[in-house]
Amino acid sequence: MSSVLTDSEVALIGASPYKADFPLLSQNPDLVFLDSAATAQRPAAVLDAQRSFYETMNANPLRGLYRLSVEATQAIEAARTHVARFIGATDDAGAPQTDSIVFTRNASEALNLLAHTLPQVVGLGPGDDVVISIMEHHSNLIPWQQVCAATGANLVYLRLDDDYRITHAELEQKIGPRAKIVSVTHVSNVLGVQNDVAAIAARAHEVGALCIADGAQSVPHVSVDVRALGCDFLAFSAHKLGGPLGIGVLWGRPELLDAMPPFLTGGEMIDSVTETGAVWSPAPQKFEAGTQDAAGSFAVDACLTYVESLGMDAIERRERLLATYLCERLQELPYLTVVGPTDPTRHVGAVSFDVQGIHPHDVASILDMSNVCIRAGHHCAQPLLTYLGWHSTCRASIAFYNDKNDIDRLVDGLEQVWGIFNGSR
Amino acid sequence: MEVASLYNAQFMDHVTHPDYKYELQDATHEHDGINPSCGDELHLAIRMGDDGRIEEAAYTGHGCAVSMASADMMSDLMVGKTPEEALALCELFKGMITGTEKDDDKLEEQLDEAAILKDVSHMPARVKCAQLAWRTLAEMLRSDGQQAEATSTE
Repeated sequence: MSSVLTDSEVALIGASPYKADFPLLSQNPDLVFLDSAATAQRPAAVLDAQRSFYETMNANPLRGLYRLSVEATQAIEAARTHVARFIGATDDAGAPQTDSIVFTRNASEALNLLAHTLPQVVGLGPGDDVVISIMEHHSNLIPWQQVCAATGANLVYLRLDDDYRITHAELEQKIGPRAKIVSVTHVSNVLGVQNDVAAIAARAHEVGALCIADGAQSVPHVSVDVRALGCDFLAFSAHKLGGPLGIGVLWGRPELLDAMPPFLTGGEMIDSVTETGAVWSPAPQKFEAGTQDAAGSFAVDACLTYVESLGMDAIERRERLLATYLCERLQELPYLTVVGPTDPTRHVGAVSFDVQGIHPHDVASILDMSNVCIRAGHHCAQPLLTYLGWHSTCRASIAFYNDKNDIDRLVDGLEQVWGIFNGSR
Repeated sequence: MEVASLYNAQFMDHVTHPDYKYELQDATHEHDGINPSCGDELHLAIRMGDDGRIEEAAYTGHGCAVSMASADMMSDLMVGKTPEEALALCELFKGMITGTEKDDDKLEEQLDEAAILKDVSHMPARVKCAQLAWRTLAEMLRSDGQQAEATSTE
């Protein structure tokens, strides 16, 4: 096929200047890491921040009245403010809405928090609809299956057309007057396609439903502005952005967070307690029971500072070139089928593919021999793969620190895989 | 490195030109095995002779190369074995694949070609694939064909 990228664009994704910022990558120059959709590598700035927290300000945040504890508390609050700014969670005057940012363990926990608290707020019951898409990661699927099983509500799936899009007609048909909650992924972790969350949120609001966006695969790759998206909640994980493992974010409209009951209960989330009852702290503390990962929050703050120093626009531009080059190179291989749009420009981060007649686990095992890391399997999106008629696929996913050489090495590795199975090595 | 030696010509021959991948017409024992993580599905059949020894073993199904090559090598190995001998070989294979049996001479002598799957012991994600046929056979023999439920590696 003809090349979509010009020579000058290909030159822009030559040797990555960013690998030097990532200890694991700079210490393993032979490693080709193409599984950032599972978890990103972490820059030294994040690792240093985590260590620095424990060395200089380690104390239990929130409750201590001494200087160290106050510093730990400030670390969390500074991170909260930074996250709010990063995703455009600001009031009309442009000030970050820190009370709209809840720290969780990961995107899954953020979505579980919503699944456990929203049904009460919207009065979900038999005959009501919870609408998700067929391309959800299990973390935005199983919680709603459970909610529907417990409440008698129906789980309704938005399906894709032949071009892997959720059409307007599909939105109008599936998101109807019975819909109370609509929860969709912003970017598919399998197909890499981006959904029009603004249109989905608009339709949800038209029928009086709430709209949740799963930003696990979008926040690391595209500028996300919750005001522009128009949704009511956004969930994502820090580790896919280069932050530490074990921290996630739930953003919610403050008035909705206020109306929601707590999820986990215990210390740090109450104002007062008697033998028979308790008064909850206001959001976001209401949702943060127990000692929080202050070191992790501090490292998230450092992660956002690092990302902003590169610029989300620059990251987006570079990753678009990388994803395009990846998709183009893969489609040059006659025995390879891209699972998802053939248009290279529609892939955000991830490209799934099938190597004709070779099981994805064998592909991944043989690529590993050349130090090339990809994912193989159902990618925690089994209903999607079943819907598309696949049992499992291979998936290569990029981040800004990848370069052309990484993708060329993947293609060389795939040629080797094909050779081993077809006797021409 | 382990992977390089695993997907060698001998291994690939069992994948591309299997000797025992067919429906056994006069089977005395049949059993299904599945490996949910890979989606491997195996239907294993044997014909037990009047002398109490396995006369023929064959399989059908689909899955990754490791599960299919392993089934092919096992089918070859089991011809002429009594159920007790077959079960002992299944245990030995399990020991090899999980890294507890390291006596290479013993493995090569008793497991024959299947000993080339030893490298899977360094690939934890593929252990279930390699074990599928052997676990399926062991359950079939232990239940003497009475068991209806498929053997699952999960």
